[in-house]
Amino acid sequence: MAQLTNRAKILAQKPLTFWESLYLPAIFKGMAITFGHMFKKKPTINYPEQKRPFSSVFRGLHVLNRDEAGRENCTACGLCAVACPAEAITMEAAERQPGEENLYREEKYAAKYEINMLRCIFCGLCEEACPKDAIYLSETFAPSDFTRKGFIYGKENLLIPHPVMEKEKFEMARGQREQQIKNK
Amino acid sequence: MAEEIKKMKVTIDNITVEVPQGTTILQAARMIGGDVVPPAMCYYTKLQGSGGKCRTCLVEVSKGSEADPRPMPKLVASCRTGVMDGMEVKNITSPKVLDARNGVVEFLLLNHPLDCPICDQAGECHLQDLGYEHGKEATRYEFKRRTFEKHDLGPYIQLHMTRCILCYRCVYTADQVSNKRVHGILSRGDHAEIATYIEKSLDNDFIGNVIDVCPVGALTDKTFRFKNRVWFTKPVNAHRECKCCSGKVTLWQRGEEVLRVTARKDQWGEVEDWICNECRFEKKKVSDWVIEGPTHVSRHSVISQGHYEKLNRPTETFSKVHDGRKPKLLMDIHSVSEVNDPSIDLSAINGPATGKVFEQSKKQA
Repeated sequence: MAQLTNRAKILAQKPLTFWESLYLPAIFKGMAITFGHMFKKKPTINYPEQKRPFSSVFRGLHVLNRDEAGRENCTACGLCAVACPAEAITMEAAERQPGEENLYREEKYAAKYEINMLRCIFCGLCEEACPKDAIYLSETFAPSDFTRKGFIYGKENLLIPHPVMEKEKFEMARGQREQQIKNK
Repeated sequence: MAEEIKKMKVTIDNITVEVPQGTTILQAARMIGGDVVPPAMCYYTKLQGSGGKCRTCLVEVSKGSEADPRPMPKLVASCRTGVMDGMEVKNITSPKVLDARNGVVEFLLLNHPLDCPICDQAGECHLQDLGYEHGKEATRYEFKRRTFEKHDLGPYIQLHMTRCILCYRCVYTADQVSNKRVHGILSRGDHAEIATYIEKSLDNDFIGNVIDVCPVGALTDKTFRFKNRVWFTKPVNAHRECKCCSGKVTLWQRGEEVLRVTARKDQWGEVEDWICNECRFEKKKVSDWVIEGPTHVSRHSVISQGHYEKLNRPTETFSKVHDGRKPKLLMDIHSVSEVNDPSIDLSAINGPATGKVFEQSKKQA
């Protein structure tokens, strides 16, 4: 049959030669490769104790950002929800009352904010859509769970720790990328 | 013996149309439709005397008329300029017009707070559309934006003076549609603001129409404040028997809740029938209305993202493929999600929801 491309290889099925029909040389050759790996550097690491550095563009679990004074940035504008191709984000807004100025940056805030991590495809479009610098994809992944309930992340799971009251946790949540930029 | 109405030939962007005498250039352009229609922020067909203030509808008249073919020396406001026979108008074909319009938009946005993320008008705001089409990416303004003392306009209408572009539409509406006007424009120049001189609430019947008429988010519905974004609500045409108005409205629903009631708007964003305050603010139940069907929303609008108009609700196929057996385990979304809690009826709250509303529902759960 005429070939359309020259990429396909034509296999010639010849009978085995004497040397091939002995089998043993081929077995030794294969075993040499197998045992050779014992003396090579191990590519596996002990995951929770050891961690590989993330790529600088890694997109993990979301965090809801706060400003320097610890006020929530999110104003429940809904742009992340409308940008989300998986429709994973839902929210409900409330009006800031007098006396809550230290909690929320603007007069409207997200009283409820939920991301369904089962639906989320970690594309980062929410981060791009956000006009208030409020949502970021961090350097962690979602831990496994036995129930679906554990994958619906509310505000208590998403909010970044308070930058003044819990400084260490806040720095940790900002991730390695931030520290690398600082060290440079 | 009625005199025959004289027809005039006018050419806008090389498209010729015949219009009756006394038509404005803007109206003639709207008869053609499409891209040649200049944007209008202050002009409102149903309000007499409106127009001529925002200058976004500027066009170039390259030939005055058949009798006097000289071009007009300056760009003219198309909403206030009548057509002449043989007039030739350039809108989008004139770089001068586009340049001028960019400048106008920049001026309109000079003092605008750009708080679209918290503004309830976002998604149906004419200034947003205009800025998207003609605006620059950044402002060149270096000074502090003007701010105003907050005025309370009563339980129904929320005023954000910083967003106002001084189009005067709400003033004309109060004059021509409602029976009494208690608000107006105070001061002048940069200090001009919409207010009631003595703190007073706007509560005469039909005053709610100022919300629909406002091209920006300066006057918004307090009963809808922060309840949801416009594009997540479902617009539905509905009507009811009303003693004082036509009762033809658009309901903006979330599920079965009626979050907002507005008048129906035509393709130019203008109200079709004025509606009364009772229909707008007090009838927030589905049972108050006869629902006609989803409102047509232009596919260029973000509001169409829900695709309610041609929505095909998928049917449950589980029992069909399992010989009529019902699923043994069904997860109720409300058992895992706190959003859209059925125990909170946002439409029943007069005014914006606060943190307390949501906390209480948490305690109950």
